Amino acid sequence: MNFDPRFSGRQFKSVGTRPIRPDGVDKVTGRARYGADFSMAGQLVGRVLRSPHAHARIRGIDTSKAEQLPGVKAVITAADLPDLTNGDAAMFDILDNCMARTKALYDGHAVAAVAAVDARTARQALKLIEVDYEILPHVTDVDEAMQHGAPLINDAIFTEGLEEKPVKPSNVSKRTQYGHGDVHEGFGQADFIVERSFKTEQTHQGYIEPHACVANVSSDGTADLWVCTQGHFVYRQHCAQLLGMEASKLRVTSSEIGGGFGGKTHVWAEPVALALSRKAGRPVKLVMTRDEVFRASGPTSATSIDVKIGARKDGTITAAEATLRYTSGPYAGMWAEIGAMTAFACYRLDNVKTVGYEVLVNRPKTAAYRAPSAPMAAFAVESAVDELAKELGMDAVEFRIKNAAQEGTRSSYGPVYGPIGIGPTLEAAKDHPHMKAPLGKNQGRGMACGFWFNFGGQTCTDLNIGMDGSVSLAVGTVDVGGSRASLSLVAAEELGIDYSQVKAIVADTSSLGYNDMTDGSRGTFSSSMATISAARNAIKILRERAAQTWDIPVDDVVWEKGHAIARGEKYGNLAALSLKEIAAASGKTGGPIAGHSELVADGAGVSFATHICDIEVDPETGSTRVIRYTVVQDAGKAVHPTYVEGQYQGGAAQGIGWALNEEYIYGKDGRLQNAGFLDYRIPVCSDLPMIDTQILEIPNPNHPYGVRGVGETSIVPPLAAIANAVSNAAGVRMTHIPMSPPRILAAIEAEREG
Amino acid sequence: MAGVAVSTTINGDNYEYLCQPDETLLDVLRDRLGLTGAKEGCGTGDCGACSVILDNRLVCSCLVLGAEAEGRTIETVEGMAQGDQLHTLQQKFLEHAALQCGICTPGFLIAAKDLLAKNPDPSEEEIRFGLAGNLCRCTGYDKIVRAVQDAATVMKGA
Repeated sequence: MNFDPRFSGRQFKSVGTRPIRPDGVDKVTGRARYGADFSMAGQLVGRVLRSPHAHARIRGIDTSKAEQLPGVKAVITAADLPDLTNGDAAMFDILDNCMARTKALYDGHAVAAVAAVDARTARQALKLIEVDYEILPHVTDVDEAMQHGAPLINDAIFTEGLEEKPVKPSNVSKRTQYGHGDVHEGFGQADFIVERSFKTEQTHQGYIEPHACVANVSSDGTADLWVCTQGHFVYRQHCAQLLGMEASKLRVTSSEIGGGFGGKTHVWAEPVALALSRKAGRPVKLVMTRDEVFRASGPTSATSIDVKIGARKDGTITAAEATLRYTSGPYAGMWAEIGAMTAFACYRLDNVKTVGYEVLVNRPKTAAYRAPSAPMAAFAVESAVDELAKELGMDAVEFRIKNAAQEGTRSSYGPVYGPIGIGPTLEAAKDHPHMKAPLGKNQGRGMACGFWFNFGGQTCTDLNIGMDGSVSLAVGTVDVGGSRASLSLVAAEELGIDYSQVKAIVADTSSLGYNDMTDGSRGTFSSSMATISAARNAIKILRERAAQTWDIPVDDVVWEKGHAIARGEKYGNLAALSLKEIAAASGKTGGPIAGHSELVADGAGVSFATHICDIEVDPETGSTRVIRYTVVQDAGKAVHPTYVEGQYQGGAAQGIGWALNEEYIYGKDGRLQNAGFLDYRIPVCSDLPMIDTQILEIPNPNHPYGVRGVGETSIVPPLAAIANAVSNAAGVRMTHIPMSPPRILAAIEAEREG
Repeated sequence: MAGVAVSTTINGDNYEYLCQPDETLLDVLRDRLGLTGAKEGCGTGDCGACSVILDNRLVCSCLVLGAEAEGRTIETVEGMAQGDQLHTLQQKFLEHAALQCGICTPGFLIAAKDLLAKNPDPSEEEIRFGLAGNLCRCTGYDKIVRAVQDAATVMKGA
């Protein structure tokens, strides 16, 4: 049956309510099983040996002593993970990142691994592996890596996207450009121009659960993998390709996931665990330590961004331009490109140009982190927008409202917008009591806007109706923050039954068709679309069964409030049949009743947010305190408003950490100096105030209920909002994130000295 | 290396186990006794996901040796509910959606239980500082603080 995904204004019964999540009790009683909570009989402990050098050629690895240690069952190096990528450069990078081949490219790069009977033996075995390194010059800073004469990280990389094909390899893997109009002409029309350079440091997603998996490879070529991941189907594809397996012979089960934020969309340890299990002939459990999580997984890009914006006296922006340089770790990336696409997406611009450079450095391979690349671009742009408003003598909110993108605006990255929420979030922020609250001494208020594309993608869902009338919903998008609750609400809504009758699970890769990962804020958006489609397919069968029971044409049967109803006066005597009654009779009317759906969830509605915050700065120490924080964001339709609020609050808190404190600190030797939660300090409970939220609902026309993704946009505005607040409080423009006390103090002192 | 014989009380039940001298209480709970409610987020006492109550004192079980549990009393998240009756804190965490991924939840529940045992009527600031040893990356703490406030109100009235 053709599925019509278009929005239809409907009165909701279940959607929009706030029931308790189906996986809740297990999570408050300690019974929920996360990556490291699963074990198999006879399992070995896997451990990974990592390079202590930022950049080194591997001349040889001697594993013989480790192999001879009693209790060691397998030792592997890159030789045990041969290159089967067949010219697929992106997959080769994933393989090389899982296990270094000819060179170690960052402090923490895996070079060998062991499987042993217990953790202590595995640790001892690592110490017995001898790696002969030839240390090479390294570079970790984004601007230094672009300079002439910088140590070359990969001599096979020639900059793409230049007019002339380069003849020499480079640390810049790609140049990209977006925009329209003529910025030169636009700046010529400007009365005021602000031009600034900004830097942001590298941060980690900081999920509390380290990567963990249990791999079990059988000698018949089949395998099972239990793993914490945001996308078990993608992990299956990647692992199968790297191990030379058929995908259908590798069953991947996603555990409960202890946070991901984009960081669990990439394989690191999983192919290694599978290779160890294959060699040892036993199950292998591999759990990263926190030190490994920081040194080898995760991080977002460090950036260097130049912004130039011009406006007329009346407040109209005439031109906007940005150059964005993003680190991608030691491999080719596409992070600056995303930054270049998002930088000016909030605004209606006649002349706009953004250029992105992907920069290789000796740091871990950059991974997605919640709206990847957008927060840094927003920091630079929204800081400059604030400064320009000041020069114009305009209120920061009014200036943004005047230039905000609208329905029909051609976005800076190309597409023309449909109905969007940037204007409404700004109007709501303007009217919010927070904007009018008085400020104390040394306090400043800042606000900023943010944009994220959102994503749809491939989605497959099964909805099975039990003979007792209860409904099991099997989805393939990993639940990272309450989506089993929201998808159960959607199934209940569509079928017209109670939420308590629906039980949602995340199915493994052998039980359901392919699903893209839970990324791009797609979990609830795409799986709710697939759930609605599956429910409608089930309703078609329910109607058929009722028609069969009544012996009337199916076209005369409608589905309302969980019941089949015979339509028409001639059927006046027929009592409505409930879903439960039809299900109970299913054995005699044609067998099990189910609805299946496979679709590409196109039409993810773009998302906008406006944040307001108040910060107090201690001018003596440069320390800061967040006094008040407000998030206004468009959700399209909040399926479970409490979890939508949670996404808003969580993104804001991560942004606060990024803005004020979090950063990777590398020594001159290229080694990470703060690979732990003590020295890489994420916000704790006493650092934050309550985080106020306001949900706007501007329906997405391309979803039956109007849903937009909500997970990522909330991390986009905080860097800029806080930078604007700190700048207002301290009286000096902050251009380097994080705004740690030493940086703020230095900025204040530099301003005093003039 | 010879194992150390330990006899201890966990959630009111007597447990006897052998552990290595360098093995943490967290590893014993998780790997030897199958009590995987306490989580290892860092192994260095920075995240609080492994929080347990040891003789009425809140500790990170990753910083306690398994051998140190000899003759002592340990409370873990698995002991909070009475049969199928959830502890008030567990119920309030559900009602307030004070968890998203839930990995930090056992540690927060134990830390909050310890906090309310010592201070049944905490201010917001006291809750925030009382739970500052537990990291949550998902929620921004707002709903956790509200859940603890609500639980404290209910428990006072009980």
